[in-house]
Amino acid sequence: MTSPAQPLRLSISSNPSHLPVVRAAVEKVCEILGFDCDTVGNVVLGVDEALANIIKHAYHGRQDQPIEIELAPLHDADGSIELLIRMRDHGLEVDPSSIKGRDLDDIRPGGLGVHIMKHCMDRLEYRPAEGGGTILTMAKRFPTVRKEIGR
Amino acid sequence: MSHNPAPAISQVRRFGDVAVVDVQGDIDLSRSVEFQQTLLRILDEKPSRMVINLEAVPYMDSSGVASLVKVLSRARRANTLLVLASLSPRVKNLLEITRLDSVFKISANEQDALA
Repeated sequence: MTSPAQPLRLSISSNPSHLPVVRAAVEKVCEILGFDCDTVGNVVLGVDEALANIIKHAYHGRQDQPIEIELAPLHDADGSIELLIRMRDHGLEVDPSSIKGRDLDDIRPGGLGVHIMKHCMDRLEYRPAEGGGTILTMAKRFPTVRKEIGR
Repeated sequence: MSHNPAPAISQVRRFGDVAVVDVQGDIDLSRSVEFQQTLLRILDEKPSRMVINLEAVPYMDSSGVASLVKVLSRARRANTLLVLASLSPRVKNLLEITRLDSVFKISANEQDALA
């Protein structure tokens, strides 16, 4: 990675009514970067599922807790872009070894979020944040550059 | 920012003992509970077939899918045929990612779902 663009930062509370706003912002960033329609849809879905997991599991449904989101496009010398997405919560720390999706052959409601996130993103990493909470980093790589933002 | 989103179910049309349910807007964590509860209430009327028309649903997340799985389970117990119709590309993609596209009966449009 040679050229980090200016990241976009969003601060929201853990209210599910904020999810459409974040989805719209992520979609627009991906569109400006020139990502194809299918990839845009997957990034939006991956981010949305990650936020829903934070609301449900880190904050147990409380709607007034802080979540910070950062979208950082990294431009590579070969013209490709990796979009890094970081999410910080201040809730219960997550044991990374405990995070796994359920068996998809087990047809029942729930437990699909992690599977969806892994499908939609190239990389996914949880780590404890200083001062409590968790930082989730997700990355999606795109092969071509058509437009750039924040540079 | 907080608000009361519009109801997920915009209309229920009945053709004899068949119910066609029109859904509107994104189905995500903020609306999936109400979405599920309304569908289960319609199932309580024991239609022979329930068509969920998703033409006006551009986006759904795993909580919406979980609601549909719950409704499917209840429909099977009630001997109601559940059909999903007119899926948008993103909803179709979500069902494929979760491999639920082979679990639900899916029709390209409402006409096929009623055939």
